Amino acid sequence: MDVLSSGDTAWMLMSTALVLLMTVPGVALFYGGLTKKANVLNTMFMSLIAFAITSIIWVLYGYQFAFGADMLGGIIGNPTNLLFSGIGVDQLSGTIPETVFIAFQLTFAAITVALISGAVVERMKFSSWMVFVIAWVSLVYVPIAHWVWGGGFLSALGALDFAGGTVVHINCGVAALALVLLLGKRKEVKLLPHNLGYSVIGAALLWFGWFGFNAGSALAADGLAGQAFINTNTATAAAMISWVIIDYLKTGKPTVLGAITGAVAGLVAITPAAGFVTVQGAIIIGLVTSVVSYLSISYLKPKLGYDDALDVFGVHGMSGLWGALATGLFAAPFINEATGLFYGNPEQLLIQIIAVVVVFVYSFVVTLIIGKIIDMVMGLRVEDKEETEGLDISLHEETGYRI
Amino acid sequence: MKEIVAIIRPNKLDEVKDALEETGCHGITVTEVKGRGRQLGITESYRGSDYRIDMLPKTRLEIVVEDADLEKVIKTIVETAQTGDIGDGKIFISPVDDVVRIRTGERGEKAV
Repeated sequence: MDVLSSGDTAWMLMSTALVLLMTVPGVALFYGGLTKKANVLNTMFMSLIAFAITSIIWVLYGYQFAFGADMLGGIIGNPTNLLFSGIGVDQLSGTIPETVFIAFQLTFAAITVALISGAVVERMKFSSWMVFVIAWVSLVYVPIAHWVWGGGFLSALGALDFAGGTVVHINCGVAALALVLLLGKRKEVKLLPHNLGYSVIGAALLWFGWFGFNAGSALAADGLAGQAFINTNTATAAAMISWVIIDYLKTGKPTVLGAITGAVAGLVAITPAAGFVTVQGAIIIGLVTSVVSYLSISYLKPKLGYDDALDVFGVHGMSGLWGALATGLFAAPFINEATGLFYGNPEQLLIQIIAVVVVFVYSFVVTLIIGKIIDMVMGLRVEDKEETEGLDISLHEETGYRI
Repeated sequence: MKEIVAIIRPNKLDEVKDALEETGCHGITVTEVKGRGRQLGITESYRGSDYRIDMLPKTRLEIVVEDADLEKVIKTIVETAQTGDIGDGKIFISPVDDVVRIRTGERGEKAV
């Protein structure tokens, strides 16, 4: 019989609000600062509206399909409480009220889809983006969340994902890649931040909110939450330092954008591993992840020629990939009863690879299909004239700056 | 009479303005402009990609002086606006046919 813990409940309410802060305004500011001046509002708006739409989907049917009792052999949950009916005030999920668990998971679904926007900014129709959010959360996020966290086939297989390396980061990174392949390149393919200060604030809010994301994923105010907390901060710091060193080696000058990009890459990489690895493991995960994302952005992107505007695939997809695999390497049995390759269990790495491949392929293919259908029905891309003029004025009749 | 058009670093404006005032040159028109010189701008680097920023913000001063004051004013601007590095700007000098003070209708050097 589950008993409510007020300590756990207090921490989970707090964590939920912290994860909300990551999207609104964390991602909005992080992305908003990196775009052109004439697209700042549209960029921020994409995150805001994604959060609102996902919030409604989640309470009506998203949570029910993702976390309902497993059916169809691990593919999807049985949606018994559609439209939030029958979920009582005192109903528990472990030691916390189910309502709190639902709200906590909601913030994860919302940030995942909001993160995709960074790849498609400066050229995607806003109406198409809203339709995309509905379709993508329903058809991509919800099933994958079920497979990994809701008792689906990947969790049955033993895949480790503490806070969302596969469900959130590989998923959004790969979806971003699929969507930009459909959208094509912007007329002006440049990453020239119009207000890098916004991005610094956004990245700082991400770092802060990520403690709710990772330490909150312990679903309790306990030692494991503490371990996830210190691991999160350690990997992030290591990744920032690592990126700054790469900057020094490549150009001779450390950059602020490099430092915050490294920090986000570190946060992404430690996400699946936060509740499984030691602090020493977290340092290595952080140091390596900046190299992975840097190489992906500097070499892979130009070589393949896709226009991932704000490097969602390069940062979230690739660091998420590294984090998911690293969990299979560094998981320490004395932290959380999961054993990785370095502690004598090579099978865990194989399971991680399977989970990564499944999520990668499913997310890529279904996102392509969703994007293609939206493109045929209503078009994905704005008119050339609107793109040149800037999306703030052409799509919203507003401008970010009157100074 | 001569017109002096000086393109200077924006952060040198206050210094130049104060120095001009000390030499007795009060009238000045200032605009914020963008442009580039021989070096075609500067390079900025974001996530490992280099971009040439070829239109840099500068400040443009317009000053009309009597011929006798010309060298003094030029010297003042050069001395205060100079850092010795690329991007200090330029001064252009051209003759002025006439000047009219709108309030009184005065003409020529009296109106400067």
